[in-house]
Amino acid sequence: MTETLKAVLYMNQFFGGIGGEDKAGIEPLAKAGAIGPGLLFREFLDPHVEITATVICGDNYFCERMDDAGEAVFLLIEGYAPDLVLAGPAFNAGRYGMACGAVCASVTRRMAIPAVTGMYPHNPGVEAFRKDIYIVETKGSVAGMRDGVASMSRLALKLARGEPIGTPEEEGYIPRGLRRNYFASETGASRAVTSLLNKLKGKSFITEYAMPVFDRVKPVLPVKSTGEITIALITSGGIVPKGNPDRVESSSATRYGRYDINGLARLAPETHETVHGGYDQTYANEDPNRVLPLDAVRDLEREGRIGRLYPYYYATVGNGTSVANAGRFAREIARELVRDGVQAVIITST
Amino acid sequence: MAKEIERAGVPAVHICSIVPISRTVGANRIVPAVAIPHPLGNPAKSGDEERLLRRALVEKALQALETDIEEQTVF
Amino acid sequence: MTVLELGRIPIQDVDWGRKTVVEGRVLQIHREGFIEEIRGHDSRITGVEAHIARPGESARILPVKDVIEPRVKVKGRGGVFPGLISGVETVGTGRTHVLKGCSVVTAGQIVGVQEGLIDMSGPGACYCRFSNLLNIVLVIDVKQGITRHEHEETLRLAGLRAAAYLGEAGRAPAPDHVDRFEVHGLSGSPREGADLPGVVYVYMLLSQGLLHDTYLYGHDVKNLLPTMISATEVMDGAIVSGNCVSACDKNTTYHHQNNPIIGELFRRDGTDLRFLGTIVANANVTLQDKIRSAEYAVKLAALLGPDGAVISKEGFGNPDADAMMYCKGLEEKGIRTVIITDEFAGVDGASQSLADTTPEADAVISTGNANERILLPAMERVIGDMRVIERMAGGVSGSLSRDGIRVELQAILGATNELGFETLSAREE
Repeated sequence: MTETLKAVLYMNQFFGGIGGEDKAGIEPLAKAGAIGPGLLFREFLDPHVEITATVICGDNYFCERMDDAGEAVFLLIEGYAPDLVLAGPAFNAGRYGMACGAVCASVTRRMAIPAVTGMYPHNPGVEAFRKDIYIVETKGSVAGMRDGVASMSRLALKLARGEPIGTPEEEGYIPRGLRRNYFASETGASRAVTSLLNKLKGKSFITEYAMPVFDRVKPVLPVKSTGEITIALITSGGIVPKGNPDRVESSSATRYGRYDINGLARLAPETHETVHGGYDQTYANEDPNRVLPLDAVRDLEREGRIGRLYPYYYATVGNGTSVANAGRFAREIARELVRDGVQAVIITST
Repeated sequence: MAKEIERAGVPAVHICSIVPISRTVGANRIVPAVAIPHPLGNPAKSGDEERLLRRALVEKALQALETDIEEQTVF
Repeated sequence: MTVLELGRIPIQDVDWGRKTVVEGRVLQIHREGFIEEIRGHDSRITGVEAHIARPGESARILPVKDVIEPRVKVKGRGGVFPGLISGVETVGTGRTHVLKGCSVVTAGQIVGVQEGLIDMSGPGACYCRFSNLLNIVLVIDVKQGITRHEHEETLRLAGLRAAAYLGEAGRAPAPDHVDRFEVHGLSGSPREGADLPGVVYVYMLLSQGLLHDTYLYGHDVKNLLPTMISATEVMDGAIVSGNCVSACDKNTTYHHQNNPIIGELFRRDGTDLRFLGTIVANANVTLQDKIRSAEYAVKLAALLGPDGAVISKEGFGNPDADAMMYCKGLEEKGIRTVIITDEFAGVDGASQSLADTTPEADAVISTGNANERILLPAMERVIGDMRVIERMAGGVSGSLSRDGIRVELQAILGATNELGFETLSAREE
């Protein structure tokens, strides 16, 4: 006989029965048992799940101080030691969607229990949180309440029981933008020819990977003169001190290194090497300056064309390193550089 | 990487061999390098020629950092 | 019209014996003769061990350099693996026998990082069809002090010699089954099914230096301008792999010999499509070379007058740029394309899968996310060298534990092969 699971629900001021827009600034609070939509949840969750409590927070209060409010809500939820959390559904309400997303994300991450919410696909909460949590697809208004609650409950129960979760179509959640492997019934070669033939016949054809659109950053203003500033060097060519003390991986790097070059005039094969496995390493190992041009940079620094070279360089491996990791490394590195007054960066890649 | 550095407000220049990839991923200031295994070198040349080549690429990178641009630019 | 008959001799077991011969469905190998043939007269080889790994065994082979299928030219011009262990006469006609169900695998002390593994059982075995073959594994030691280029060449040639030697045992027996492949010429005479769509195959070969190279009739493909081949030439080993780094999406010689795209296009030739021709192209390390090859390959493809093209890739990262160039060039000429590629979407699948993209690539077949992790249990027998796993692609430090090893699919040979050899795919969830 399986034990009844305990659930905590999260809602905003309106669904929590406190008030309308005028109450959107209320601080987080908890009430015992199920309230409002909670009664509908109970219909789909009985008898396996008991709704222990409902945590409520004003949409404005949450969104105006997401970190602090998020923490307060999390602590309230944690206090009940639930087995699963359900938030919303938020339909197309943007602030509510962001709050539900944030609550579920922190519960998923910090308590390792399922936390499910429901939103309309255009809710900004979807773009912000879909990679981190399961967001069930709902209609754009409360007309979709019953279906939304039903889908959320079904998915939450599956997650809580550790059952395998199927595709977005099968389970009713919004695609998370995560790539998941599976074994097809035919080989890639066979699927390719079939897809091409359909394309040539003007029929609908399968593409298994839709080309992404990469976001752009507006170019940052240039520096007036590189002779007046501190410049830092970064490489994704995997140049590290000989022996690879930080054990940067030769592919799919999960870490990067930060290396002291204070007073070093050039790199040399005795002191440095490349760990990037994605290209013929011979030339880089013969002369690491071919990938990280320290010798040329020092010459230019001495001549005053570069004001000062930052005394550390950063290295990672571009080979197979996911774009997400590369982004994360860059953000961390950027923080340090800004802190230390670096005003421009030269990045070298293979 | 260049894109994320620029997002933090620091101008960045990317020296790389496969310019289309740098473009696609979103670097703004791009300097084409020599070849994948030796972006700032050329083993087919003499040591002196290589050093001059390397210096020229770095100088181009500095020039890129000093140039005002509206969109992705290959220098 | 060129015709190749491929006779399959099914091999259901391999054993050491007094002669190298096929008896029924068993390949007997005379060990001493075999090893002597492998050593050839190559003084760089200091030791050869030969092992047999059977499907279902608790055995792991690593690091793998190449997998080669034993074949023999029974009739017709040339010999197998032309330009490397046979002369350079054009192959792909006449008759060739194949020992089906077995392979030669070269393994050995590591040359460079990122060489792959084959598990003969367990969860890793589903990702690689080599787990279902009777693998004759060669562990070859070489002289100290030779260069890495020489080391790679030594192992490559030794593996080919081994496969050719075993292939000889297939010369006499009558094959169970003979497939007939017809390559139609470019002559204007109409043939059956003239109203069917014409399809060309653009076959990209990696050509990026040590452990990233490919050979066509023994010619290093780095120095290749895209050219045409008769699809049957690969069946005689005209394309040989010098490639094994980041094992998941490198084409071994076995993959080239058994190119599934060529197989599929032949299968459907005359019924669903007209297989117009095969263009081999490369993927070099400079932008100018990439553009030159793309322009050239597209020009050749267009000469054949196709309606569509299948593009296969090898490797990831910078070769994504080549694939996109081929795709864009062909589509701009009105030749519709499909690309077969794997993905590097990060361990959680959340990352951008390809290093380069182009909007024209609207038909893409995915052979899976190579960053996905898998826990491979400890095996009773390791042929090769276990310690290398931590330095292997996707083997993060600490991945070696008593319960087994946690690696990315990258480390499994052929797991995300981009000729579409396997059934692995990825979808968005």
